[in-house]
Amino acid sequence: MAVLETRELTACYGDFQALFGITFALDEGETVAIIGANGAGKSTFLKAITGLLPRQAAAVRLDGRDIGTLPAFEIVKLGVSLVPEGRRLFSSLSVEENLLVGAYGRRIDGPWSLATVYQLFPMLRDRRHAPSTALSGGQQQMVAIGRSLMSNPRILLCDELSLGLAPIVIRDIYAALADIKTRGTSVVLVEQDLVHAMSVADRAYCFMEGRVSLSGRPQDLTRDAIHAAYFGL
Amino acid sequence: MLGWVDTLLQGVLLGGLYSLYATGLSVIFGIMRLVNLAHGDLIVLAAFLTLALAALGMPIVIALAIVVPLMFAGGYALQSVMLNRVLGRNILPPLLITFGLSIIIQNGLLETFSADTRFLNVGPLQGASLPLGGGIAIGVMPLICLVAAVAVILLLNAVFYRTGVGRAFRATSDDVEIARLMGINDKSIYALTMGIALAVCAVAGFFLGARANFDPSIGPARLLYAFEAVIIGGLGSLWGTLAGGIVVGLAQTIGAHVDPEWQILSGHVAFLIVLVIRPRGLFPRAVD
Repeated sequence: MAVLETRELTACYGDFQALFGITFALDEGETVAIIGANGAGKSTFLKAITGLLPRQAAAVRLDGRDIGTLPAFEIVKLGVSLVPEGRRLFSSLSVEENLLVGAYGRRIDGPWSLATVYQLFPMLRDRRHAPSTALSGGQQQMVAIGRSLMSNPRILLCDELSLGLAPIVIRDIYAALADIKTRGTSVVLVEQDLVHAMSVADRAYCFMEGRVSLSGRPQDLTRDAIHAAYFGL
Repeated sequence: MLGWVDTLLQGVLLGGLYSLYATGLSVIFGIMRLVNLAHGDLIVLAAFLTLALAALGMPIVIALAIVVPLMFAGGYALQSVMLNRVLGRNILPPLLITFGLSIIIQNGLLETFSADTRFLNVGPLQGASLPLGGGIAIGVMPLICLVAAVAVILLLNAVFYRTGVGRAFRATSDDVEIARLMGINDKSIYALTMGIALAVCAVAGFFLGARANFDPSIGPARLLYAFEAVIIGGLGSLWGTLAGGIVVGLAQTIGAHVDPEWQILSGHVAFLIVLVIRPRGLFPRAVD
């Protein structure tokens, strides 16, 4: 059974409708990629799931339970955590404080603690008292991932992990992601970087203009089909 | 010469009172970006509450010990029932609500306590002073007030920088949307913030009444001094707020030393000078 489902999910920014009925499912332990061009609604979709945007009560279900009316700070306690686009670390907090804030909403026992996050990203341990703004982009992304892990999520939602990072750093980040998956965490990966997304995903959805334009397992999707679903050509 | 040393000392001590006025304002603005126009009146309200309890025959310190949690509860309720509903991108609605609150408090106090000038009787401490030698003496109450101002800031900094809840406060101040994603209920953080700020108002109100006379109309001027102290110190730093309070206090006593008519004016002039030279204040937070 799917751990996370959306049914005909719609979402708006004020008068502007960004999602037009997204039906989506994520199974236990699965990694699902969401690809699509800028403005396709990928980030909006993650915001609607995590409660940062208003959505319909029955449109988002976790373990079969409607979570569409819960505020964002309750959803993380149920084990759904978002690594936001552009990292968005707390700028006046140190690296370690950022990680500790991530544990604020922890209601679930699990593998993640300061020690295990530092094991996953050893270079953060040396810089743990540094202001988060003093880190490189890649290190900041590691803090953002670690911060989300601190709540022991069952489902990790990652928004554009590779944005603005050097290829070698992206490789490290994806290596860490593989490590996270081995602990049974289900992952939703929003990416514009097709190659990386497809290489780690069990399944993929392609969004276009707020709708699902294509979905399936990466090996079943032809290049042309993806191209058409991505650009609408 | 001695006169000047005395003036400077009195200025620093007066600054302690002003930084007590300003600390609550600084906390509210720092965490919620909310400008509380009723801040001065809430300080006066706390002074009247302490006065009323003392009039029932209880020792003034016990009265203060009751008013502090009372103001905390009032602040928590004010924020959760009213201000949380209007907090958002537009800064105007909360500004208007606190402006209205200011008028309501002033008139409510006038109705209840009349326009008479009052003071809080702190017993033998009232006029007590410590001789420092050379003909200079400092008042015991002003000294306790400065010590209280420092103690309040130490306490608040310990809460904000050493506890998990304090981290949540700072995280909410940095980025409220991401704070929510971390499981932080921003609305309850804001209610706690207002509670803490009004608890500090209670302390400020006590020293206001113990050091000088007060009546229902003096709130807005306290608000102005508090604002100046916060801006001079730089937003986001409580030690900066203390420094800002001392700058205003010093400027006022120095002005008064030259000519008693210049007291209030020179505080404002010092504020304007700092704004011209360092628009972000003396100790601005590195990241805004």
